[in-house]
Amino acid sequence: MFNATGRASLYSYVIHHRSVPGHEAPYAIAVVELEEGPRMMTNIVDCEQTPEALVLDMPLEARFESVSEEISLPLFAPREPGPGE
Amino acid sequence: MRCSVAIVGAAETTELGKLPETSQIQLHADAALNAMKDCGLKLEDIDGIATAGESPTSLAHYLGIVPNWVDATTVGGCSFMLHVRHATAAIEAGHCETVLITHGESGRSRVGRGGYGRNRASLQGQFELPYGPMGAPTLFTLPVLRFMKQYDVRIEEVAMVSVIQREWAAMNPRASFRDPIDVDDVLESKMIAYPFRKLMCCLVTDGGGALILTSAERAKDFPTRPIYVVGSGESVETPMVSQMEDFATSRAFRVAGQRAFESAGIRPRDVDHLMIYDAFAHLPLFGLEDLGFVGPGEAARYIWERNTAPGGELPLNTNGGGLSYMHSGMYGMYALQESVRQLRGNAPAQVDGAKVSFCLGVGGMFGASGAVVLSNEIL
Repeated sequence: MFNATGRASLYSYVIHHRSVPGHEAPYAIAVVELEEGPRMMTNIVDCEQTPEALVLDMPLEARFESVSEEISLPLFAPREPGPGE
Repeated sequence: MRCSVAIVGAAETTELGKLPETSQIQLHADAALNAMKDCGLKLEDIDGIATAGESPTSLAHYLGIVPNWVDATTVGGCSFMLHVRHATAAIEAGHCETVLITHGESGRSRVGRGGYGRNRASLQGQFELPYGPMGAPTLFTLPVLRFMKQYDVRIEEVAMVSVIQREWAAMNPRASFRDPIDVDDVLESKMIAYPFRKLMCCLVTDGGGALILTSAERAKDFPTRPIYVVGSGESVETPMVSQMEDFATSRAFRVAGQRAFESAGIRPRDVDHLMIYDAFAHLPLFGLEDLGFVGPGEAARYIWERNTAPGGELPLNTNGGGLSYMHSGMYGMYALQESVRQLRGNAPAQVDGAKVSFCLGVGGMFGASGAVVLSNEIL
């Protein structure tokens, strides 16, 4: 167990070109690497869903989106790189 | 114990493709009866069964087999490689004498096929499904951008995998797609999940296949040329592609592949013919590197330079593969069938003098792997 800062970088993704319930195409299904090491699947928000905007290793930060009274999902948005990144 | 067990019967379903009149269990039965006919066996000669995607209980009941040994290992499309491995051990141990391994899948027409449960409480249900993946085209493909960045691979090189496999398929009358394609055709086909276009994704068809194994001693009495199981390996990694240790290499491929080479007592240069389960165009790249046929990052260029094409030094996926031959969902059986055909010397695109075939399967989204080394000689 550890406290995560919420800072991450973009490890890999695909951009799905077919809509599914809750996701309108085109949308990226991404894997991010947390600053602390673990990786997780997520979606990238506040960002164009294009190869030009989604650049591997770009810095990201967590945003929590409530999907029900009990469940919030960690999503990730672009952030300004910190010093030394 | 090496080469103590052989494949004596091997056949696919009478037809492949769109088969809306045939249920899934009928595909199993058709393939099984064809394999028995191939080697002159009757149902009462079978005392062990293995299958995946269909209950072995249903299979035994449907065919009227009374097995002494049953294997229902189900780890995805490579399950049949694991069945070959397990059957070899069972025959060596004396648990049974003659094993029937079957596959049948109404992947396209979906007749009599069980649905895949999407359990929200599973690991995938909790940690991947909320983000909108829709099956293999959005999950199996996830590592490839990282792979391409790490090894400086161009999308044209990934597309070339599909182009070269179509060249093999063009020689195969049973292949679903046989018309030649070039890199532009692949890169202009419909975008499915960037960077994957339709021609970089496998087919969805109906079909099946079956294998019959028995001891090498008994195999001498069969009308077919025995194809010996000379080595094998298996492993699993993770049910979630997002949790692979490294997106540029498959641990399951490495573990299963290394054990298969070691148990066979061979090295990559000893392999005459290679099958690498190709649900998507990047899988042969991972397979070539993880098995050690080329170094890390070298596979894309190796294929681009036509080393795996007809006339190249390492014939790969000579039936046209899942990309062009057929893909019912669990393709591993068809890869094994092509290895057997090549070693019997009756493949449509025959590799001259092939003695050793290496057959690598994948299950789930890089979740599992099985590897089988076959030979038409006792090594």
